[in-house]
Amino acid sequence: MTSARVIALTVNGEEVEAAVAPRTHLADFLRDVLSLTGTHLGCEHGVCGACTVRLDGAIVRGCLVLAVQAEGRRVETIEGVSDSGEIADLQEAFVTRNALQCGYCTPAMLLTAQDLLLAGGVPDRDAIRDHLSGNYCRCTGYEAIVDAIEQVARARAGRVA
Amino acid sequence: MKAAAFDYVRATSVAHALDVLAERGDDVRLLAGGQSLVPALNLRLSAPGLLLDIGGLEELRGITIRDGVLRLGALVRHVELENSPLIAEHAPLLAQAAVHIAHAAIRNRGTIGGSLANADPAAELPACVLALGARIVVTGQGGTIRRIAAEDFFQGVYATALHPDEILTGVEIDARPGGQSAFGEFVRRRGDYALVGLAMQARMEGGTLRDSRLAWFGVGDRPVLSPATAAALAGRRPDTASVALAQEKLSAELDPRGDIHAAAGTRLQLARVLLARALATLH
Repeated sequence: MTSARVIALTVNGEEVEAAVAPRTHLADFLRDVLSLTGTHLGCEHGVCGACTVRLDGAIVRGCLVLAVQAEGRRVETIEGVSDSGEIADLQEAFVTRNALQCGYCTPAMLLTAQDLLLAGGVPDRDAIRDHLSGNYCRCTGYEAIVDAIEQVARARAGRVA
Repeated sequence: MKAAAFDYVRATSVAHALDVLAERGDDVRLLAGGQSLVPALNLRLSAPGLLLDIGGLEELRGITIRDGVLRLGALVRHVELENSPLIAEHAPLLAQAAVHIAHAAIRNRGTIGGSLANADPAAELPACVLALGARIVVTGQGGTIRRIAAEDFFQGVYATALHPDEILTGVEIDARPGGQSAFGEFVRRRGDYALVGLAMQARMEGGTLRDSRLAWFGVGDRPVLSPATAAALAGRRPDTASVALAQEKLSAELDPRGDIHAAAGTRLQLARVLLARALATLH
């Protein structure tokens, strides 16, 4: 029904229960209901990637998943991976390499970069650009972002070896 | 923008979904991965009264092979096409194509059934199932099954042979040993819909081409085969002379449309290039 539906899901490790209208997408739910405003909205039709979050461990467009579709699932946002320290090295590298200017795309850029790095190995610059192709940045020209991700990939590989 | 308000029902089985379709008819849109539908809702290009979510139906998942037939449930996601060992072995064309679909975050959600039912003329998977000679499996009222040849399924821009009270439930592909495939497309930016694309399936016998199926997308109102070009290649080695001959045939056979993104002549030239590149990968 168009009237609100109660959904239960896990967000950043916490059980959440809330009533949502079916038309509410996951990014709006995170921002407006849970006040997790690190998830940004750019285009709201799947092009810019600013709303990227993890759903059951896989990156998705927060604007192209309805909140009701996340019922019973595990959602992780930039707040979650920041607090856990999972991407601390990436965040540091973004700062030192000047890989952000206005910062609007950054939370999603970090989640997408982490998604690539979790696959393991040291991706080359083309592979990094390929994985970031769905995330728009209007400030940096991408070069510094690719630098930062490449640096972290090498550092992580070194640590493992 | 935000989607207009709609009712939402989570289907508990295909049978349940069919009942809802019978009841609410034209007012319903099926929601699977949602990667084309939700943008259309957000842009209010689509404003159904009811969204029927089939995304949780286990019976529509999975890739299996039995008796030489590869079966894909409608909810198989693009990312599964990329990674499935069964796809790699029996229909690698789908894996070759999948990496060209949008971006990783979208491939994690988008489904093959959704892409085929949406029938975007510039989309990758409709052309692939056409090249593979696949059958689209459709379940109708009372559980009746129709198997529709890919050639007959796509009928125009966003138009298919699917009736409003039916559900696309899967895809069947005959596994052909010794098959080879090639895939290529031209896009302005990584992940865009193609200006022109080619999905090719063939068999090599003693170094010569057999049973070529060349499916083109982005060239008209639906994916199209080029049978005359394929016939010209039959029994030939994929060498320079064959490429020239096939390109000549293709120029006579393919009639792409021009639009704001590329003129007709540009598209034809790009198609000729794709053909040459595809033939160069066969051995």
